[in-house]
Parts: sequence; C-alpha cells; structure tokens
Amino acid sequence: MIQPHGGKLIDRVLKGPALIDAEKRAKALPAIRLDAEQTSDIENIATGVFSPLEGFLGEKDFRSVLDKMQLTNGLAWTIPVVLAVDKKTADGLKIGGDVALLNPAGEPAAILHLAEKYGYDKAETAQKVFGTTDAAHPGVAKIMGMPEVLLGGSIDLIRETPTPFHKYKLSPRETRKLFQDKGWSTVVGFQTRNTPHIGHEYVQKSALTLVDGLFINPVIGKKKKGDYRDEVILESYEELIKNYYVPERTTMAILMMEMRYAGPREAIFHAVIRKNFGCSHIIIGRDHAGVGSYYAPFAAQEIFSQFPDLEITPLFFRSFFYCKKCGSVVSDKICPHGKEHQIQFRGTEIRDMLLRGEYPPAELVRPEVAKIIMDEKNPFNE
Amino acid sequence: MEKEHKTVSIPASLYKKIEEAVRNGAGSSVADFVAQAVREALEKPVKKQEPEEVFSPEDEEKVKERLKALGYID
Repeated sequence: MIQPHGGKLIDRVLKGPALIDAEKRAKALPAIRLDAEQTSDIENIATGVFSPLEGFLGEKDFRSVLDKMQLTNGLAWTIPVVLAVDKKTADGLKIGGDVALLNPAGEPAAILHLAEKYGYDKAETAQKVFGTTDAAHPGVAKIMGMPEVLLGGSIDLIRETPTPFHKYKLSPRETRKLFQDKGWSTVVGFQTRNTPHIGHEYVQKSALTLVDGLFINPVIGKKKKGDYRDEVILESYEELIKNYYVPERTTMAILMMEMRYAGPREAIFHAVIRKNFGCSHIIIGRDHAGVGSYYAPFAAQEIFSQFPDLEITPLFFRSFFYCKKCGSVVSDKICPHGKEHQIQFRGTEIRDMLLRGEYPPAELVRPEVAKIIMDEKNPFNE
Repeated sequence: MEKEHKTVSIPASLYKKIEEAVRNGAGSSVADFVAQAVREALEKPVKKQEPEEVFSPEDEEKVKERLKALGYID
C-alpha cells in the first residue's frame, strides 16, 4: 500500500494516562474556542489526515507553503493550515506554554503546544493561495476576515467532537485497514461536494477499471451557499452505491473539512489527503475545487506536473456529456458527433430543474438519486 | 577549486537557454551555472521513506472492531 505523505502516519490522539493528565491540565490552561472548521483541522492533524503536519504551521513553514508550495522539509504542501487569533488573545499567550483548544461546545478538544506567534499579510496570502484578492472569492473573504496573529505549534487531541455523520467517519488508519481487509492494493479516491450525476458515475467507474477499489470521499463541512447539504450528498451516494456499484469494489467515508475553493493548489492538497487515507490514485476532473471562473478549467490537472514526487497518481478526466447518437456518456475525445446530440452535465442546470420540482432525465441523474434530492424539503445550503 | 572534471550531456536547447542566462549575468559560464544548480539541488533535504507502520495487535483489533461496528467489514 502507498506510504503516507512523509512516510509516517501522524497519530497525536491522546490515550491512557496522557489523556487523563491532559483533560485535567486543560481546565487550568488559557483557552481558545475553535469553530467547527478549526475543530475539524485539529482532528485531521491528530488522526493523520494531514500527515506529516503535527500541528498548526509555524512561520517558516507558512512562508514556504506560500512561496514554494512545500514545507521546509521539502515535502509538497500547498494550503496553509493555520490558527489565527486576535492580538489581544495572542498577547495573553506565552510561547513555550500550552493552550487549551475548546470545541464549539466549549469542551477541551486538544492542547496546543505554542511554539510561535507571527503576523501575516492577508492580501499576499490570498493572492498566493487563491491567485486573487477578489473578496467575492469565498476563500479570500475568509482570509480577509481572519484575525491578525497566527499561532504555530504541535497539538495533542483530547477528544473528537461528535458528528451526526459518525458512521461515515474513518481515520486514515481505519481506511488503510479497510482497504487491506478488502484486498485492495490500488485504490482510487474520488473527492466530491456534490450529489452524483451520471457523469460522476462514469468517471468513477472508468477509474475503477484501472485499480482494485473505489473510495468515495465526500467533503463534509462548511461550503458555500447553494451547495448540496451534507445529508443529501451522503444519502444520494448510499442509494447510488446500493443500486449501481459492486459493493466489494466500492466504499465511502467522509472527510470532515472546510472547502477552500483554492482550485489547483487545493487539488494537490486533496491528493495528499487521499494518499494518507491509502489511495494510490485520485480522480481530478475539470475545475477541481474551483469556484466561479477564477481558475482555468484544467489548471487543477496541469499543476500536477510541478509535483512529480507526489507518489499518488492523478487520473485526469475531461468534460463528459451524454451523446444521444452514441446512446452513452462520452467525451469529445471519443465521440464524433456534433453538439446538437449532446446533453451536458451542468450542475447548476440540474439544480435548477430540481428546484423547479422537475425530475432530471435519466441520462443525467439516476432516478433513485433524483428522488432522494426531491424528497428533501431543502436540499441546498442557505 | 577541484581540478578533475567530468563531462555530462544536456539538451542543446537547454544549453542555449543557460548561455542566454549567463549573458544576462547569471553566473560566469555555462559550466559554473550548471555546477551551482546541481549543488543547490543536492543540498535540498532528501525525503526518507520509513517502513510502513505496523499496528500493534491491540490497535489492529480496535480498528477492526470499529470497522465491523460501522458495517464496513463483516
């Protein structure tokens, strides 16, 4: 099986006496309350999803990620994983000391071993990560709204925060064991934040013909307005897998993480995460992790040429459409017919049909999937 | 400076680009430019591949139990 990024799966989940001690100490430590996304970050660090990170980035690594898309140890890393606090909070924290990180419910979730406090330039960070400083970009807007001081240091996890999606939440240790148990040595990861249409199914099944198993890995967490709600994504995939996939060859687990919408940089980040889960391959489609028209349609594929040592193999897919003359899903590479025969898989059009209460044609969306969406009172984020 | 040197080949198109860079002040000669670039590349940290993690039997059992409980394996 593929090695984790950096060769070792990070495990910073406290157990036994160390856990009891940390729980006691946390009550007397200065505390920072995290939001749901930051809480996901600490869990992803501690359980190895973000291997080799052991905590929030220090300044040298932060600069290196911005400028070179790698950590100071030379490993590819494209998205800064940081913890920002306001100056007053930062002034009250001592470098070398410990800080309790509370989950949104106010319970101690982790201990931060504070190694650094440093400032950063928001516009520069936005430009380098997202390629724009346009505040209409959701990732840029988030950076512009972040407090001014970043805290760096390793963390130790005290407890995972309960989620309604518990049964879909697996750590990289668990997915690796699962893949091993299923006898899969090559696995393709599919990242998604959408309900599946026939184009997705075609891409997943095409990729599956090349490897032993398919790992569908929806991102659960904060998304933008108009994206499908998490419950709807999971239910629709359950239905699709049940009706149309070979169960011995397919599995699904969630990734609790905020979408950054950083396009090409995020594609590399997503690949690293799937590598840690044990995937040997990852599907990268058109405008992966993009938003609006900030990125060229295939920028998220082209960036992989800058990362020849990533080890996980990207499988690039073009835009697919249904050709009425071929009677199947095809791409411009394999279909000779004109545009008049094509039905495009446009997410916004499918969404608009569903909002109007119309079932999309079976060439676009499986009826079982459409029913799940139609049965929801409100299938979209508000 | 070392006296002994070896010859290596690079594509002619790349050689021309280096010549141009040297003309623009990036190094005193093509050979110096290439030697410096190679030195810098060699100084970069080399990633060490550690052997794949082996679970303790107890951890493996815990993971297996959870996967069973969630219905991922029988």
